[in-house]
Amino acid sequence: MRGYWSVVSARYRALLQYRAAAFAGFTTQVFWGLIMVMVMLAFYRLGSGRQPMSLAQVVSYIWLGQALLGMLPWNVDREIQDLIRQGSVSYELVRPLDLYNFWFSRTIAFRTATTTLRSVPMVIFAMFLLPTLGAPRWALMIPPNAQAVFGFLLSLFCALMLACAITMLMHVVMVKTISGDGLNRIMPSFVTVLSGMVVPLPLFPDWIQPFLNAQPFRGLVDVPFRIYTGNIVSTDILLNLLSQVGWALAFVALGRWLLNRSIRHLVVQGG
Amino acid sequence: MYWRLAVTSIRAQMQYKASFIMLSGAQFFSTGIEIAGIWALFTRFGRLEYWNVAEVCFFYGTVNVAFSIADALATGFDQFGNLYVKTGNFDRLLLRPRSVLLQLMGHELALRRIGRFLQGLAVLGWAAHTLGLHMDLWRVMLFVVTIAGSVCFFMGLFIMGATICFWSTESLELMNTLTYGGVQSAQYPFSIYEAWFRKFFTFVVPLACISYFPVVAILGVDDPLGTSRVFQVMAPGTGLLFLWLMVVIFKWAGVRHYTSTGS
Repeated sequence: MRGYWSVVSARYRALLQYRAAAFAGFTTQVFWGLIMVMVMLAFYRLGSGRQPMSLAQVVSYIWLGQALLGMLPWNVDREIQDLIRQGSVSYELVRPLDLYNFWFSRTIAFRTATTTLRSVPMVIFAMFLLPTLGAPRWALMIPPNAQAVFGFLLSLFCALMLACAITMLMHVVMVKTISGDGLNRIMPSFVTVLSGMVVPLPLFPDWIQPFLNAQPFRGLVDVPFRIYTGNIVSTDILLNLLSQVGWALAFVALGRWLLNRSIRHLVVQGG
Repeated sequence: MYWRLAVTSIRAQMQYKASFIMLSGAQFFSTGIEIAGIWALFTRFGRLEYWNVAEVCFFYGTVNVAFSIADALATGFDQFGNLYVKTGNFDRLLLRPRSVLLQLMGHELALRRIGRFLQGLAVLGWAAHTLGLHMDLWRVMLFVVTIAGSVCFFMGLFIMGATICFWSTESLELMNTLTYGGVQSAQYPFSIYEAWFRKFFTFVVPLACISYFPVVAILGVDDPLGTSRVFQVMAPGTGLLFLWLMVVIFKWAGVRHYTSTGS
């Protein structure tokens, strides 16, 4: 266990060096957030009747999405990709660590490093700067109660595990197909929509809600953000946490099984 | 001359047919997920202030089609900093007996941008059909002018990005914000945005002039912002003006850079 932890922290510290690249997205993300907030403001202006989410909750949801964008499994660790392409994956197999767990640890660092760098300025902007500039309706809210805070933190951790499990699946697909480009390029688009990053899932039509509630990707974005804003409360929080964990384990199991199969039939190019 | 460069570029890309299809397909989906959001929001809310779903889709389709064309043409400018300035290859461009701009445009005609193009075109087709827009000569001409003005505008942004590279290849974040952020915001009619936002994108960076006002004229509706039809029809011209300005600045900056670095 200590071995894996040192992998996580070492890789995390290494990735933190890329500060410039992490901050590079900041202006674009602020812009994006502002546009989305304005669009939602416009929709809600003429809105009649009750909606499954209040405007304030939607606005916070949008800013949380920008702050935690790094957590979405839309890209793979470049180093692991290069390892696979250059055939050095055989060196990885020689190590005294389980390959899946080893790569999983790296993936944790990969997903969290850029996220921590980007989320801090984004939260400062959305939570503190916007109200100061005279636009409190546009701001990221503070969670309404302690339940929301603790539920959110737990859910965020589960979302991270889920995101890493999905990212690992993408890594494993690359081992099987070397480039893995096809699936790994198209999947992120579907994951993005189904997670709630494009539009919060409760705002989708009522008839599609059963399907949206059943699919795994809601645990990446929709579940933690709705807990934060108080849209999911009390026992529902627990049920949702369980579904996040369940799906994460399912993806881990699938990833491990695929990886074991691929290693058995591994064709190493070059090296 | 440009035509020859373009054909060569296309032939080179077509060598990798499978890759091309895959990249285009991926872009089709990644740019198209926005439509899922638009569909969901309109199903729930019915209207976006003054506008219905088909009208918004018309705005959406127009800007995506125009941007994808500009994006395909401008790869040379997009990569300018890395490929030409940092490596010193810019000098080689200056030595050739052809204009630098022509060479940069001939760098690549990125066909994979067709993913966004097709997606935008599909949405546009649906919107026009749903609105029952009668495509008479006047409308078609206005549409062509709008697309042309938009392409000029986005090309101008890409050239601005290349010009900045003469000074620093690190400050490209702002350009990303303006191009991709610009497309994102132009997908919705500008009348829904706050006044400060609209003013900036009308008078400083004329995004609204090429994406919002002319489309209002094409749709044949009254502008909730109160502009006249004459203004709307003439607005795409600012795209051309913007492009011309950026070209002038690029040439001036290029000469300055060359004389200051020497070799």
